[in-house]
Amino acid sequence: MTHPTEPSQRLSMLESMMLIRAHEERLASLATPTSPGTCTAVGQEAAAVGVVRALQPRDRILTNHRSAGHLLARGADAGRLMAEVMGRADGYCKGKSGSLHISAEELGVVLTSTIVGGELSLAPGVALAQTMGQQEPGGITAVFFGDGAACEGIFHESINLAVTWRLPVLYVCENNQWQAYVRRDETMPVEHVADWVRGHRIESRTVDGNDVEAVHEAALEAAEVIRATGRPYFLELTTYRTRGHFEPDDQAYVDAGELAAWKSRDPIVLMTERLLRQGVAGHGEIAHLQQRVAATIDAALAFAQNSPWPDLRELTTDVYA
Amino acid sequence: MQTITPHDAIGQAIAEEMRRDSRVLMFGEGVATKRRELVAEFGTRRVRNTPLAEGIIAGTAAGAAAMGLRPIVDLLFAPFLTLAMDAIINSAGKLRFLSGGQFEFPMVVLTMTGAGWGVGGQHNHNLEAMFVHAPGLKVVMPSSAADFKGLMKAAIRDDNPVLFFMDLALAHAPGAVPDDDHLVPIGRAAVVREGRDVTLVSYAKTVGHCMQAAQALQAQGVSAEVVDLRTLKPIDEATVLASVRKTGRLVVVHEANRLCGVGAEIAAIVGEKAFDALKAPIARVTGLDAPAASSWVLEQASVPQPDAIVAAVRRLVDMELATA
Repeated sequence: MTHPTEPSQRLSMLESMMLIRAHEERLASLATPTSPGTCTAVGQEAAAVGVVRALQPRDRILTNHRSAGHLLARGADAGRLMAEVMGRADGYCKGKSGSLHISAEELGVVLTSTIVGGELSLAPGVALAQTMGQQEPGGITAVFFGDGAACEGIFHESINLAVTWRLPVLYVCENNQWQAYVRRDETMPVEHVADWVRGHRIESRTVDGNDVEAVHEAALEAAEVIRATGRPYFLELTTYRTRGHFEPDDQAYVDAGELAAWKSRDPIVLMTERLLRQGVAGHGEIAHLQQRVAATIDAALAFAQNSPWPDLRELTTDVYA
Repeated sequence: MQTITPHDAIGQAIAEEMRRDSRVLMFGEGVATKRRELVAEFGTRRVRNTPLAEGIIAGTAAGAAAMGLRPIVDLLFAPFLTLAMDAIINSAGKLRFLSGGQFEFPMVVLTMTGAGWGVGGQHNHNLEAMFVHAPGLKVVMPSSAADFKGLMKAAIRDDNPVLFFMDLALAHAPGAVPDDDHLVPIGRAAVVREGRDVTLVSYAKTVGHCMQAAQALQAQGVSAEVVDLRTLKPIDEATVLASVRKTGRLVVVHEANRLCGVGAEIAAIVGEKAFDALKAPIARVTGLDAPAASSWVLEQASVPQPDAIVAAVRRLVDMELATA
């Protein structure tokens, strides 16, 4: 496999994954049964970074309850994200969203639904607006969801409409092997969601979701196909959620051997080893990235903790136009 | 003034608003097949057929609305709304608030319901109160052809998601509609008959039944005022309260099921804010806690008819005479 990307960009992708990891691990470490928990996507950082880096400013993103990676990869401020998770006024949604529904219009992360499959129901409409002059021309809509959402009926409704109406939607399925507390192989007879979409006549591809560069290449190609044809595209990223469904979570229900096997293919470890092996970076440089990320997260947490609670009047603002 | 059906009044309203605003589009099950005049004028990009898949129709409307379009979706029969609840209630109704006001959802969801066609409980279910209960939504259910047009135009111009319920017994009954740019503001009830002794609050087809009851009551020396809510959310509390303060008696009438229906809310508002004006208990004349039947006889018996409304009013009036 070739890596045409500039060394600085490859390091930047690694740093972006490290930032997401540090952000989620920090929030998870703060979670208690009585404080706001989070749904992390630890282990899936390559999917977020690889795809989001392939998108353009005019593109739009819809995400789900495991959204921190998509937001941070798009350039979200970690402090405002943490403030949102902690219910503070400086959060992206004024503290009204919490961890679950964060959207940031300024970043093009336009709608987040935590109803599993909710993002799939909204995506064709966003893409429709892109084709009807309501958004910058030539943009595409990337929608992130998991294998769990693929088990919802709306998954097929969404793809069928996008195909028949020729909507520029990039369906990104992060097949992370877990559907909340249920193993994927308990609920699906096939290993890959892509097997389900062939009948919809949508171009599709399945790639190693833990290899950020493989994901990035595939996403660039997918976006190019969508822009050239105006048709949707289905990209499946095979990955693994290495933390529990909702923090705090002891993962007592997870097979230790399986977890260890996936952790040995951790996307950050894979990319770090590759860059070291290829001489793109040395150990010192990697350590420097880690320090910078840790400092960013420390500052973000301090910002969030110092952010005020929302005014109680916010209970009834933004309900109606 | 023209005489047209509510079905055509809605078509006229949509055409006028599509002419006025290029962001307005309409899609749904058979929309392009049935509304040929809209296709002819506005083309197949703005007037579209969809798969028979209510979830994605409503979801697509919500996504498009958040991105600046102003979609109208036709979901045909109100019970089909249950398949679209996630997009309407969880997305369109909540994501304005949950996003801290970053997005709004100017969309209209059109459905038909009510007794009159014998289609049974899976096509006839007046479930408007379910949407009144959900935050972030507006709900209208007109009774006159003029209001169908005026409220549809207002719904399309509104920046919130609006549920537009069409009583199918009224859909093809011609009525007078102004020719001009006729707008009826959302949130305003109409006193369609003035009276002194009792207030009948209703909406949709039972407004007509209340008018018939009022006429019968007049012959018995009882003067009934009839309030047509027109909008179920936001409810026009002021008009209802003013009427009850004047008459001192309230009967709420609707075809929808009784429990937690709009009538319960009206009764609660009056109980909380105009209790001192009441000369008699509040009464409700409503549909039963049962699905709608198909048989004509059973279907009609499930709808509050004028006789039942008259009887309810008589009980209030006679009760008071008995205790006087």
